[in-house]
Amino acid sequence: MNTCHFFAIAAVLPLLASAAVHPVFESGPVQTPPNPPTTPSEQIDQFVFDQLAERNLQPANLCSDAVFLRRAHLCVIGTLPTEQETRAFLDATDPDRRSRLIDELLKRDEFADYWSMKWGDLLRVKAEFPIKLWPNAVQAYHRWIHTSLRDNKPIHDFVRQMLVGNGSNFREGEVNFYRAMQDRSPRGIAATVALTFMGERAEKWPTKKLDAMAGFFAQVNFKPTAEWKEEIVYFDPMADKEALWRGAMFPDGTPGDLKLGLQDPRVVFADWLLRPENPWFSRNIANRAWSWLMGRGIVHEPDDNRPDNPPSNPELLAFLEKEFAASRCDMKHLFRIILNSQTFQLSSIPAQDSEEAAVHFAHYPLRRMEAEVLIDALNQLTRTQESYSSPIPEPFSFIPENIRAISLADGSITSSFLELFGKPPRDTGYESERGRNVSDAQRLHLLNSTHVHKKVAVSPLVEAAHDGESTPEEIADKVYHTVLSRPPTPDEVNALKTHAAEDYAGARELAADLVWALINEPEFFFIH
Amino acid sequence: MNSSSITLRRDLHRSTTSFGGVPVSRREALRRCVYGSAGVLLMEPLGIHAADETPLTGKAKSVIQIWLWGGPCHIDTFDPKPDAGKDYCGALDAPIETNVSGIRIGQLLPELAKQADKYSLIRSMTHGNNGHETASYLVQTGRPSDREVFPSVGAVTSYFKGYDNGYEGLIPPYIVLTEPQGRFSEAGFLGPRFKPFATGGDPADSVFAVEGIVAPGVSEERQRKRRSLLGGLNTLGGALPGNATLKTVAHSEEQAYEMILGDSGKLFDLSLEDEKVRDAYGRNTFGQSCLMARRLVEKGVPYITINYKGWDTHKQHFQIMNRKLPELDQGLAMLLQDLSDHGLLDSTIVWCTGEFGRTPKVQLESPWNGGRHHFGAVFSSLIAGGGFKGGQVVGSSNATGEEVKDRPVYPADMIASIYGQLGIPAEATLPHPMGTVAHVVPDEKEGVPSAGKLTEIL
Repeated sequence: MNTCHFFAIAAVLPLLASAAVHPVFESGPVQTPPNPPTTPSEQIDQFVFDQLAERNLQPANLCSDAVFLRRAHLCVIGTLPTEQETRAFLDATDPDRRSRLIDELLKRDEFADYWSMKWGDLLRVKAEFPIKLWPNAVQAYHRWIHTSLRDNKPIHDFVRQMLVGNGSNFREGEVNFYRAMQDRSPRGIAATVALTFMGERAEKWPTKKLDAMAGFFAQVNFKPTAEWKEEIVYFDPMADKEALWRGAMFPDGTPGDLKLGLQDPRVVFADWLLRPENPWFSRNIANRAWSWLMGRGIVHEPDDNRPDNPPSNPELLAFLEKEFAASRCDMKHLFRIILNSQTFQLSSIPAQDSEEAAVHFAHYPLRRMEAEVLIDALNQLTRTQESYSSPIPEPFSFIPENIRAISLADGSITSSFLELFGKPPRDTGYESERGRNVSDAQRLHLLNSTHVHKKVAVSPLVEAAHDGESTPEEIADKVYHTVLSRPPTPDEVNALKTHAAEDYAGARELAADLVWALINEPEFFFIH
Repeated sequence: MNSSSITLRRDLHRSTTSFGGVPVSRREALRRCVYGSAGVLLMEPLGIHAADETPLTGKAKSVIQIWLWGGPCHIDTFDPKPDAGKDYCGALDAPIETNVSGIRIGQLLPELAKQADKYSLIRSMTHGNNGHETASYLVQTGRPSDREVFPSVGAVTSYFKGYDNGYEGLIPPYIVLTEPQGRFSEAGFLGPRFKPFATGGDPADSVFAVEGIVAPGVSEERQRKRRSLLGGLNTLGGALPGNATLKTVAHSEEQAYEMILGDSGKLFDLSLEDEKVRDAYGRNTFGQSCLMARRLVEKGVPYITINYKGWDTHKQHFQIMNRKLPELDQGLAMLLQDLSDHGLLDSTIVWCTGEFGRTPKVQLESPWNGGRHHFGAVFSSLIAGGGFKGGQVVGSSNATGEEVKDRPVYPADMIASIYGQLGIPAEATLPHPMGTVAHVVPDEKEGVPSAGKLTEIL
């Protein structure tokens, strides 16, 4: 222990050169991890910081507790911390408070809701007009994903169940993996499997490679039942679609050696893909997880692995891949080691604002909240609800009014807000389908739509302000803690006082103005 | 002189780049290059192929679609059948002469009778579908409902004449006054970028509360004070001076305020119009929507839909006609006159139709007691401007208005004619999420009924 401490102090010096610590967003300079590192998180930091040092790049300072609280909530459970959660965390003084929060968040119910949404994008969980995927099949698919993530099912089991599934798509949710594809030919399936679980874009492959992989999917078949729109996905030993079966070969060039009628070729493929030593799978998941939490993949885009798109930090990716495989594909373990790293906890204020610094994770990037997370956050702080609907005809999906957008099972269930803010159509399974830009129309909506004005007007933050009683200080304290998850600075309180001095109608109007202003701050709608 | 030039990509599938497999327009891809981090990788496959772009000209620059939601009765409006008797005409059995000899229209449309030289009437529209949504889809896409959801004429126009083809400004290129028409009549597989912007509010109110632009209850002074509060609080921006992402946000905010407080938003302030002009359009939602549409056309907005509801008259048909037809008459007639006075009619298509007609035979039995039901076998549409001839009648229905007598016109024919005037060729393709080749107008292989473009009035 002492040794570690000594190393930490001794090695801090070269990194101390970073810029002055910002009082709101930063807590202090990063600490050089002990050598050798004692935890996986320290190992991550060592890989990142070593690479930065090699390139003469400075890491940003560490983010403040307030920034960490907010970032961790939004990244892990897609949910804004409440005022009470914020105050409790900011009052805490124990040195483990950040890792304690990470453990708590990983146990929250919203974890499964939020990550089902993310997986739902990749797995194309969406009812489609008129027949591709029926709403009740979508619900079964989503339920299966949600249960798997809630129970932290090892990801290789999760993937295996989808790859080898047989049965009714109304009853066995996972078989909808095969139903939800745009192209259900063996080549189409192979391309989807390559994208989803290997992070490779098969359209960039030589035709022969795709044909060879398609051989493993030449015996998947589909048949209807007496039940309206139900379909059975099954292994059909007699099928050999497009005569691809005989040529089955793994993407690494090893022949498939399939035995006709004796085994489901999908099982053979899953055995190959999900072996611990197979780099494609663990590497892809490790890189995706990094990208989801860090805003950028080590291989970027995270679903575009190819020889000419190398990882920005190969040692780091290899380490994450190994950690993931060694933990029996435990997603929460992977998240935990990333979240506990200093790298995840860097401030968004760059020591040097360059593309190179961003590629090597020298600071935490700004990302606009996902559409669903943003509307849920607005609803949470204004205590309002949304109505969502689906254009898919009968049987209509029943959508309770109080449901949160991150819990929506079906990609076809939407609202104009969600579409404006980039909810993905879930057509292709590409990560880039989700829009995270900021458009003029989005700004107009947040600044001046009746939708937002009404939410602000009925917000409990406005209700809590009493004309003639509440002072600007009190209003600022409550609104800042609720909306931005931090106390206001003296400057910010003064700005509000100045605003109040210009003959405003009372405390309620002042609170409404402040709530409106803060939800229009980039600090609110960006994860930072 | 009145022709507008648009840029058509000869092969949209090829020149529409794939952004992670999702077809996106070039401009969108460039925009994402600016915002996204994959910019460097993307620049190369995008490549600007100037040679692929051929400027095409169309006579029309804009379309005003007057959508009579619910389906107006053709024999009470543009295809009167006085000889069919009271069982068909009810009290509306005295059609009036128009300013074009030989053309008579319904007796409740005296103002439109004075404008008949400006428009043509299609009296043989047909598709045979009697369901509101499926018929609306047919009339607005030219195709029957099937596996795909095709974009409506407005979305297609916005695709070809909107932001990707030189349209600029914050006023969206496809606007609905005031409420959206609903599912199956919007952007279809083109995606939400091509959905119409629905204004909300009511242009006949003292303040037309356009969603996002004019917030009722928030005075201009309060808007300014709020803006100054917001500007003074920008703590994250202060910590990240020069951040490219935040600069983009700031720019978007300026654009938004240009709409909220600047000159752009004044477009929706109808109080800037002469009171006499406002009166002439009729001081009701439809009349003021027509006036608003003219103002939008003046700004170059390519597609405006006036979603005029209330034509689904299973009961109380004649009472409702007595109320609504004068409104339609006044607003539409004034729109044609006003467009013409402003020199805009030659470049603006005015297209007035419902999703179908109504049963020519009056439903006298209980519980209808004088109503009319849905009728997709025959209905009428009015079309004017944008290069379409006026003072003509295309096709006809039989003596009772129950069957097409000659020259059937299918929705696909009408749409192809409109696209032709806009300079969008029938063989142009739309970007399809699954890579299917989708032409703007159904091709022969699709087997959609067609009797050809409206060459009679082109």
